[in-house]
Amino acid sequence: MEIRPDNTTDMTVEIAGVRLRNPVITASGTCGYGKEYTPYYMPDKIGAVTVKALTLEPREGNPTPRIAETPSGVLNAIGLQNPGVRYFIKNELPGLKKLNAVVIANIAGATVEEYCAVAEILSETAVDMFEINISCPNVKEGGVAFGTDPRMVERITAQVKRFSSKPVIIKLSPNVTDITVTAKAAEAGGADALSLINTLIGMRFDLNKYRPLLANGTGGLSGPAIFPVALRMVWQTRAAVSLPIIGMGGIATADDAAEMMIAGADAVAVGTAAFMNPRAPVEIAAGLEAFCEKKGHKCVRELSGAAFGLI
Amino acid sequence: MTGKIVLNRRIIPDAHFYEMIIYAPAAAKRAMAGQFIMIKCGGDTALRRPISICVADGPTLRICYEVRGKGTAYMTDMPEGGTLDFIGPIGNGFHYKPNRRALLVGGGIGIYPLISIGVKYKKAVSALLGFRSASLIHYIDVFKSYGIPADVITDDGSSGRRGFVTELLRESLQKGEGDMVYTCGPVQMMAAVAAICEQFGVECEVSMEERMGCGVGACTACVCRTLFTEEGVQRETYKRVCIDGPVFDAREIKWK
Ligand SMILES: Cc1cc2nc3c(=O)[nH]c(=O)nc-3n(C[C@H](O)[C@H](O)[C@H](O)COP(=O)(O)OP(=O)(O)OC[C@H]3O[C@@H](n4cnc5c(N)ncnc54)[C@H](O)[C@@H]3O)c2cc1C
Ligand SMILES: Cc1cc2nc3c(=O)[nH]c(=O)nc-3n(C[C@H](O)[C@H](O)[C@H](O)COP(=O)(O)O)c2cc1C
Ligand code: FES
Repeated sequence: MEIRPDNTTDMTVEIAGVRLRNPVITASGTCGYGKEYTPYYMPDKIGAVTVKALTLEPREGNPTPRIAETPSGVLNAIGLQNPGVRYFIKNELPGLKKLNAVVIANIAGATVEEYCAVAEILSETAVDMFEINISCPNVKEGGVAFGTDPRMVERITAQVKRFSSKPVIIKLSPNVTDITVTAKAAEAGGADALSLINTLIGMRFDLNKYRPLLANGTGGLSGPAIFPVALRMVWQTRAAVSLPIIGMGGIATADDAAEMMIAGADAVAVGTAAFMNPRAPVEIAAGLEAFCEKKGHKCVRELSGAAFGLI
Repeated sequence: MTGKIVLNRRIIPDAHFYEMIIYAPAAAKRAMAGQFIMIKCGGDTALRRPISICVADGPTLRICYEVRGKGTAYMTDMPEGGTLDFIGPIGNGFHYKPNRRALLVGGGIGIYPLISIGVKYKKAVSALLGFRSASLIHYIDVFKSYGIPADVITDDGSSGRRGFVTELLRESLQKGEGDMVYTCGPVQMMAAVAAICEQFGVECEVSMEERMGCGVGACTACVCRTLFTEEGVQRETYKRVCIDGPVFDAREIKWK
């Protein structure tokens, strides 16, 4: 452990052997490839950057409208638009690494083979961790279809692990009856960590056209509206498995982040909140440090699962 | 970024059009024609609202907005003297082309950003503006105050001349009154304007509209279909309206 002046809080956390400067991570799909937010903060001020989902070949994504607002929330149906894993490695990753970011690559695919191929290609790069997106609600193949079937979750985890030289985080879908079932399946498959939650499937309608607002029909709900659901699922998952957990879903303030950690998260991710406040991830990291000081925690890790009285 | 709201008032009694002047010297200095800002509206809104910069004048930004839903309704309650929280100026705007004569073609709330490029042309500019009916006509005096004469047409003919702004454009181009067109308004109008310009071989820039998430190029919510040529073959791709646009060369757009 590094030497610190006595009065500062140790904000570092470790997820599956990877050390993060602080527990605040950007959520996949909301921060592009990291560089888009550099006018607002540098990625070495936060724990890690999770890039937009990467697939083997470039993907166009869904038609527009792709986004709609709901009370304190956002519905999106982007549909995994991305330039493909090879473009990312050549054109985005070097810049992000030069900025000293810890990089989590979010991986998606239409088949188990595609997930494995992307993981294999990325294993040869400077990416620090993989987040396996088996929970995207906005694509027909792969995505949530994989993430809601526990046998599939276990199989895909085990397969991807075989092709990965980096820690594998499985990103769980909240669109299930009992999240502990898929969490245990990922653990059985050999996952190194879990992240949750992805978006909840929802809809809005256009009152003039009498049609769904999103071109895709349904979309994924994120933002403060889903925060209590995310907390509940992190709490249940913490009680069911012993893997590290990255908690996300509606976190908008440092207090939210602290609450998420107390419910059982080892780190947190911030997504939609950055649309309203581009500096949200750094401000939440700073606020979390202040929270720890105020409460007399020498180390932010003391918060994780504190509601269980486990530490 | 924040600015001080100097003025926030309704423009005409017959519709919910508002104008707002914001004291924000740094943003006003940086602002380029055709750029926009993302406004935090408050309440339980989770997304900022994109609104075009009508014109940057000294240390102030002028914006105009129509009340459409929740966010713009909140904006009408923002007190003069209060603070506006915004991101921007954002995006690729209109390009000024020296030694040309500009025609600004606008419909409805699309008329506002045209002022920002019109002022660059000094006298070599005129505006062709379409409204639904006479009672909705507004801002002609503001165009004039920035040295931009405007011709007006209404969908229902209540202002005298009945028809669409595309007719005015066709006539102007036939008379050779302009060789650079800028347009903003309903998408069908812009598509028609683009087609006429193509026909006359006149360059045209369009300001596109799409629902946005981040406004910084990170979420790919705001994309529009564009055309490009690769090794002699025409292809299509999505581009982001927020930072690749909102203004595009009309020939680049694949109209729906
Ligand atoms: C680049 C750009 C510049 C614009 N400039 C202006 C302007 O100068 N003046 C003006 O009056 N309007 C402008 N608009 C349209 C304006 O953004 C919408 O009318 C406004 O967002 C509606 O918000 P609301 O809260 O009233 O409606 P709500 O229905 O409550 O909005 C819900 C969500 O949908 C989005 N939305 C709804 N309609 C539109 C739309 N037409 N375009 C984009 N997003 C939409 C909102 O931003 C919000 O996220 C512009 C749009 C874009 C993309
Ligand atoms: C516009 C948008 C795009 C997203 N894209 C992805 C994605 O590509 N991969 C993924 O695993 N999650 C994606 N998500 C889900 C987020 O990473 C996150 O799990 C979810 O939004 C909940 O967190 P939040 O409420 O803080 O945004 C996306 C969310 C949004 C709003
Ligand atoms: S609004 Fe997010 S990329 Fe344009």
